[in-house]
Amino acid sequence: MSLSETTSPNWKARFKRWFHSWASPKWFYEKSERWLPWLSIPAVLLILTGLVWGLLFAPQDYQQGNSFRIFYLHVPAAFLSQSIFMMMAIAGGINLVWRIKLADMAAKHCAPIGASFAVLALATGAIWGKPTWGAWWVWDARLTAMLILLFLYLGVIALYSAIDNRETAGRSTAVLSLVGLVNIPIIKYSVEWWNTLHQPATFKLTEKPAMPFEMWFPALLVVLGFYLFFGWMLFKRMRAEVVEREFKAKWLQDKLRNS
Amino acid sequence: MAADLGFSALLKRDLKLAFRQKSDVINPLMFFVMVITLFPLGISPDPNELAVIAPGVVWVAALLASMLSMENMFRSDFDDGSLERMLVSPLPGFLIALAKVINHFLVTGLPLVIVSPVLAYMLNMPSEAYGVMMITLLLGLPTLSLVGAIGSALTVGLKRGALLLPLLVIPLFIPVLIFGTGAVQGVIVDQPVSGQLSILAALLLFSLASAPFACAASLKISMGNG
Repeated sequence: MSLSETTSPNWKARFKRWFHSWASPKWFYEKSERWLPWLSIPAVLLILTGLVWGLLFAPQDYQQGNSFRIFYLHVPAAFLSQSIFMMMAIAGGINLVWRIKLADMAAKHCAPIGASFAVLALATGAIWGKPTWGAWWVWDARLTAMLILLFLYLGVIALYSAIDNRETAGRSTAVLSLVGLVNIPIIKYSVEWWNTLHQPATFKLTEKPAMPFEMWFPALLVVLGFYLFFGWMLFKRMRAEVVEREFKAKWLQDKLRNS
Repeated sequence: MAADLGFSALLKRDLKLAFRQKSDVINPLMFFVMVITLFPLGISPDPNELAVIAPGVVWVAALLASMLSMENMFRSDFDDGSLERMLVSPLPGFLIALAKVINHFLVTGLPLVIVSPVLAYMLNMPSEAYGVMMITLLLGLPTLSLVGAIGSALTVGLKRGALLLPLLVIPLFIPVLIFGTGAVQGVIVDQPVSGQLSILAALLLFSLASAPFACAASLKISMGNG
């Protein structure tokens, strides 16, 4: 029975078919071509709006003046680097359980993007720290936790590149990122217990932010823009990976020849 | 039960091998002593200054000594093919991992705990902290062995595994280091430390319940049949 024959109206069967289609790199390669503009254009618009609004028009902080404005890059970057680690571990877990190639590719390409966001968060944190704390680097709990998150990313990348067999590399890094995911809260709370200078988190899911709307809303736009930007970059990288892995497949060669 | 028999047989075999190959016991210990010697030479021989850094130095040196021997946790069994035999035996993978972890702690961790008071004395640590320091090491080093076993299993077949392993496991060791040194420093400044000790014990129990399974899965992946 081929996929096209199973046109059941039953949502469960539909979901199952949708889920299984993720196992096919061909399906992904064809579909994602149409998804890319839906990610890239809103991403650019949201990031530009959020940054212009945040950097030029949002009110100043009453204590930190204009230097707080780097918040509009720092917080979204920190946010993303943590969520991407979670996504990487979940994609790795899906690969371990169902052996879905696309999940493996997603996990592999989450690592460098997430590590870049962690570097961005650390760099903007250092730039922000200089006027606020008087030093580029202080061993503040949340900066340290971010540094350790970067180490976890680097460990994942180093392990992936050390293993020659692609399948083993994917499965091994999946285990490592799951272990890392379990450890992130433990590391976070232990480092917080150890030392805290940093201001408390601005965005919490359960509470209203303490900032006025005009201050936090642009940051929220940047966060959403960063998420879409991440999706865009991830899909572009995964598409390149599909080309690399399936370059012998006839459907891909036909496709590349026609485009 | 066959599994119990296999488990104790494996543990006995590993201990016997370790004590015949005395370097497995002695090298981490010498490393521990030598690294600690570097600190007074590198920082200052002033006893007051040493007393301040003593808890951290002992802990970091113990962590490094324990980590450097982790690379060999599965390596020799992998090289001569016995690891593969163990994995196809009826003994469950997590028990193999657990036996290796217990062996690693007994062979490298326990000697470090035993000599640590001597080095703490040389670093001018107040003597009332020795007991708590040994307890933190007794609770913390097995946790490091458990977590490190996962990294060791992931890198077992790799040529460049020796330098890779620390990159993978050091971030995961940080909570143990923080609460280990925190407890020793707490005793020195006369604060209650039962909180830190409880957290160390909790970390040990949590990793005891989860790490052997992750380690077994990693071993199977590394051997190419996960």
